[in-house]
Amino acid sequence: MNTMYVSVSPHLRSERNTQKIMLDVLIALVPALIASVILFGFRALLLVCVSAAACVLCEFIWEKCMKMEITVGDLSAVVTGVLLAYNVPVDMPLWQLIVGDIAAIIGVKMLFGGLGCNFMNPALVGRIVIMFSFTTPMTTYAVPKVAGSIVSGVDAVTTATPLAMLDQLDWSNFTQLLLGMHGGVIGEVCVLALLLGGIYLVIRKVIKPIIPLCYMASLVLFSWLFGGTQPVLSLFTGGVMLGSIFMATDYVTSPITNKGKVVFGIGCGFITAAIRVFGNYAEGVTFAILLLNILVPYINDLTMNKPLGGAVEK
Amino acid sequence: MSIRLLHGAHVPHRKNTAESVPTRMPVPAVVTIPMSMNIGKPANPVVKAGDEVKVGQLIAEAGGFVSSPVYSGVSGKVKKIDQTLLFHGATCQTIVIETDGEQTVYEGIQAPEVTDFQSFVNAVRDSGVVGLGGAGFPTAVKLNVDPEKVEFICINGAECEPYITADTRTMLDDADMLVEGIRLLLNYFPKAKVIIGIENNKPKCVSVLKDLTASMENVEVNALPALYPQGGEKVLIHNTTGRIVPEGKLPIDVGCVVMNTSTLVSVARYIKTGMPLTEKYVTVDGSAIKNPMNVIVPIGTSINDVVEFTGGFKCEPKKVILGGPMMGVSVPDLNQVVVKNTGAILCFAEAEAAAPKPTACIRCGRCVDACPLNLMPTAIEQAYEKADGALLGKLKVNLCMECGCCAFVCPAKHRLVETNKLAKSVLNAHLQALKAEQERKAALAAEKEAAEK
Repeated sequence: MNTMYVSVSPHLRSERNTQKIMLDVLIALVPALIASVILFGFRALLLVCVSAAACVLCEFIWEKCMKMEITVGDLSAVVTGVLLAYNVPVDMPLWQLIVGDIAAIIGVKMLFGGLGCNFMNPALVGRIVIMFSFTTPMTTYAVPKVAGSIVSGVDAVTTATPLAMLDQLDWSNFTQLLLGMHGGVIGEVCVLALLLGGIYLVIRKVIKPIIPLCYMASLVLFSWLFGGTQPVLSLFTGGVMLGSIFMATDYVTSPITNKGKVVFGIGCGFITAAIRVFGNYAEGVTFAILLLNILVPYINDLTMNKPLGGAVEK
Repeated sequence: MSIRLLHGAHVPHRKNTAESVPTRMPVPAVVTIPMSMNIGKPANPVVKAGDEVKVGQLIAEAGGFVSSPVYSGVSGKVKKIDQTLLFHGATCQTIVIETDGEQTVYEGIQAPEVTDFQSFVNAVRDSGVVGLGGAGFPTAVKLNVDPEKVEFICINGAECEPYITADTRTMLDDADMLVEGIRLLLNYFPKAKVIIGIENNKPKCVSVLKDLTASMENVEVNALPALYPQGGEKVLIHNTTGRIVPEGKLPIDVGCVVMNTSTLVSVARYIKTGMPLTEKYVTVDGSAIKNPMNVIVPIGTSINDVVEFTGGFKCEPKKVILGGPMMGVSVPDLNQVVVKNTGAILCFAEAEAAAPKPTACIRCGRCVDACPLNLMPTAIEQAYEKADGALLGKLKVNLCMECGCCAFVCPAKHRLVETNKLAKSVLNAHLQALKAEQERKAALAAEKEAAEK
């Protein structure tokens, strides 16, 4: 009996698969996790673990109930869970975080067909759901447990984020901003750790630096044009680093071609700057990325590659 | 002039046999020579069952303009003219020869008389040489152009497929014959510059050929980066000359001709000695092979015989490929034979044999980045699933050369080459429907006009 495989070429495939890519993203997120544990204590680690577990469980249960193939092994749900946990303050009640996880995985990802089919970043939608459902815990930022942090007012337990008090800051606060020694959500405070993760992703060729760089450049430019306070320093506040490196570069919800990525990055920067300068809402990263997520199909259509030697349609 | 190189994929090289000087295998008991070993019409047998044949004797003549004659690589007796099912599903005639092991050379072998361009092209036609890099396009047809129009002749020594080292050995062991071939080309294409393109993972080939051609005018050895598919025709033309072959045109339309190193050596050998193409350098490798090596194989020898000569299998082969792992054809059994354009026999164990399971596309864009021709395989896949012929036309799926970069890099392991092949037929059906519709409308309009009169 003949027992040989016959298939269409190529017969050789690269080692890299979806799971390995997601694992690289998780590795890139580790420095920020370490920083958050140092800054806010072990509850940060608890939040991350609970959120990741909740996301995986949601996906698993959904797929079981729908009699679909179980795909939690690709680790994409873990990435969503970790990213969502990075977007909440350290004192966030666990059940409220889990509500966000359910919204992210069921509402945004699974209802649209699972990995690769969602049109918005699940973690960011989860963040918005928590934001509007549980505004008070979501905006009560604990002061980091390290000496020398930026603290607003006399209240020594909670504080505003640097983004909300940009006018009181100058370049002498740069080190504190870089190391995340200020109030904020657990994953986005330590800029240095996020940059390290970003460099790892670029070196491992998981992401291209196009979106983060265009995002940051356009944010600085438009903040300055709109007359915002401290356009350059504001890069190191709020969710810019976490958003531009880890959220805006999500494959599924960002454009495919390099041209498209440039447009996407600039668009994100523009909207972030507009919300920050003109809006009555301090942070604009989440909405900027989500808005551009929705535009991705159009950006893709308008920024298609020109095939080499392709004849022009009459 | 600096040329922005085309994209591609960093495939592993695995040139395990680069140092293996090709060994001539003993003549197998039987050879089965298919008549269809080239693009175009199959050859017509000129021998019949019972005829005695010798090495280098014509056994089938070209079946048309785009065709190529076939010569015997063995001496022996024609057993029968048979039919066979080729691996791509078509049937063709075969000449089965029982060998006598004497390898008596045909007495009619003599160097052809080559005096001018036309006699040169005729000699190439008589040599039985086709594109040995894999395409199998009759070389004489390719060279039968206005010689004044040829500005560049790219000699393809890229050998970008993993494993294969047959061309490497050709460049090293038959370097003199290669240079002889280049001399012929320079002679008959007076306006052409000859560029030898070699991937820089073969520094020995680069230096040997640089030394040998140092004194020749209009010859350049170009060390190309080792990025698959450097040896693709359009890619090689672009990366050596900077020219782009437009859609629906041939390389000659931009003044280029591409020839594989083995092809040129075979042509030169025929013109020098009169010995036509009857045997091949074949790389035998893969995880199921005990002793990977290069073998000189008479055309028509079965995979089984070749592998047996090298020392057999290490474990049960689960996938056997004729050609490289990126573009080669996987064959269903070991009775398939080595033909003119076979460069390698690769046999793989279970681990490499099974195709990985496709998962959801995460739209990472790696396929788009890898495509040398700037196509968008992920978009093509979506258009194919919707059977959207118009969109497939816009996405230029017809340009796809099926090099396999997209499928190689895809982390979701999608079978993108398979999709592109199928998408091409969807596009063709769409274009035919469009044409039929137009013809119908034209006929209606003509009818209406006639009725009005």
